[in-house]
Amino acid sequence: MPREITPQTTDLETSDLVLGYGSKPVIAGLNFVVPAGKITAIIGANGSGKSTLLRGLSRVLKPTNGSVFLNGRDIHEQSTKAVARQVGLLPQGPTAPSGLTVMDLVRRGRYPHQRIFDQWSREDEAAVQKALTLTRLSDSAGDLVDHLSGGQRQRAWIAMALSQDARLMLLDEPTTYLDIAHQVEILELLRKLNIEEARTVVMVVHDINQGSRYADHVVAMLNGDVAIQGTPDEVVTPSMMEKVFGLKAVVIADPATGTPLCVPDIPGNG
Amino acid sequence: MRLEALAAPSLFTLTVLIIGILVVAVLLSFTAVLQPSPRSLRTKRSSVLVDLRVVRLCGGASTLLILLTLVGLEVGEYPIPRFQAISTAFWDRAGEYSFVVNSLRFPRVVAAVLAGFCLASSGALFQTLLNNPLVSPDVIGINTGAALCAVFVLAVGADVSLLPWAAFVGAVVTAGIIYLLAWKRGITGNRLVLVGIGINALLASGITYLMVKFPIEQVLAAARWQAGSLFGASWTDVWTLSVVLLCLTPLALVLVRRLRLLQLGDDMASSLGLRVERERTAIILVASGYAAVAVAVIGPLGFVALLVPHIVRLVAGPLTGGTLVLTGLVGALFLLGCDLIAQQLFAPTTLPVGVITAALGGPYFLFILVRYNRAP
Repeated sequence: MPREITPQTTDLETSDLVLGYGSKPVIAGLNFVVPAGKITAIIGANGSGKSTLLRGLSRVLKPTNGSVFLNGRDIHEQSTKAVARQVGLLPQGPTAPSGLTVMDLVRRGRYPHQRIFDQWSREDEAAVQKALTLTRLSDSAGDLVDHLSGGQRQRAWIAMALSQDARLMLLDEPTTYLDIAHQVEILELLRKLNIEEARTVVMVVHDINQGSRYADHVVAMLNGDVAIQGTPDEVVTPSMMEKVFGLKAVVIADPATGTPLCVPDIPGNG
Repeated sequence: MRLEALAAPSLFTLTVLIIGILVVAVLLSFTAVLQPSPRSLRTKRSSVLVDLRVVRLCGGASTLLILLTLVGLEVGEYPIPRFQAISTAFWDRAGEYSFVVNSLRFPRVVAAVLAGFCLASSGALFQTLLNNPLVSPDVIGINTGAALCAVFVLAVGADVSLLPWAAFVGAVVTAGIIYLLAWKRGITGNRLVLVGIGINALLASGITYLMVKFPIEQVLAAARWQAGSLFGASWTDVWTLSVVLLCLTPLALVLVRRLRLLQLGDDMASSLGLRVERERTAIILVASGYAAVAVAVIGPLGFVALLVPHIVRLVAGPLTGGTLVLTGLVGALFLLGCDLIAQQLFAPTTLPVGVITAALGGPYFLFILVRYNRAP
């Protein structure tokens, strides 16, 4: 059933959204509201449509049916640059062309704010400096992206997304392929952006415990639909694990934060 | 170097000149002059970011280009007293040597400059679009496609003024076919190179077929043109090249900023506000246009579009509006230099310039191939 659109209360939402790559839809008729001002973690098994949803939310993938509304207006009826000034996407495992410096990469994020004859305003320069400072990359601005460590490289990409200056940031597996220290570093950075910069963050994560630790809102996806969503305490439960991942799991309180921590049960136990 | 040597040039002088330029370039690249130095230029309504290093390099390349143009006017089969050629070209246009200078050498030199600019620009756009240093219009068959249509026009004896248009159609259709064949949920550079090499071979056999099929007197012009030669370049050719260059370069400069986003991947570019397929098509059209006009005038010349953008990228970094212009200027220098060598190497016998570009470009191609395959 289509909802009434109230532009001031929500930034981004979907209405009967159908997304797919061929004839078979990956997401069939999803109604979802991105919680504004919060960190949302999307979890789910491989192929459950997490990345597809992010691509749909960010205008990258055009819906086969239904719509995505940004401030009450269909994102495919707005100017592409206007959407890009409000919603940014960091795809999974982005690759930079060789020979690219951090500075050059971060500058490219300013494109939606630029015009043909106004290519490098003071605001552009300030936004790039701020993005580099927030990601602690000011000293590495001249380094080549290929020469950075995995964690630094991911921070460089986040800096690029930051310079885009979108209130809403969508990140597809921002911590994959990083060691645990760098994973924590990235997640702390996202939390800082959420609190200090009031940015809405939506991230796809594989590690459920990271999701429940850092997110205000957890969305568990199953077969292209939202199976259950809510606070980490509401969502990360043995019954959700059984339903969404088909895995018997034990959920305890995280000794450090008290958030739900889930570990797989031994097969055949209980 | 003494001026007498320049005025009566030999292969030796030319070689010394070129080696000198290379040594200076290498020395410069170790100094602070060539460190990136971005400067913002702003007025009330407009702003732009300029890298002074690229500006310096463009200045250097332009100076060398002017010098080499003057050398090109002085050098040739027909002996002309020292500096008479330059004065005939610029102020004494009705002078004694007017025909040799103003109808033969001058248009040839300018055509080399413009065609070199076009080929290098085309290569820079293709290589950046597909993130692959091996993708250039000569390797993937764009030039051959343009040549096939052009040979057809020459062979059936149609009006020569149709040549650039035929070449453009051939280039664009070839680009389209390669793109469609290589497209499999996105484009990867390696796949495209392989498809392109296959297409290139097919089109080349098509050209051979036309050559055999049509009477010798009709295909003779096509045969000479096909080796890639600046021999007989006329002011008409210069005009064709200039018009296309002046139309395409502003477009290319606008598209470069979008191309820089496409380099980061389709999803990234799209989320930054780009209509990916539309921009990619526009870039392919512009890049094909550059290649086509050069092919129409001087034939399917190899390796300029492959080698020059690669060298410029090594020195000046990833593509920007500034480095695109620099690539064009270096392409002009390279083609003009090669043409002078082609004329002087076995003087009085002159070679088609394509022989020289291939002799220099072939080894470089192998070098890139080995390097590229080693990279992770």
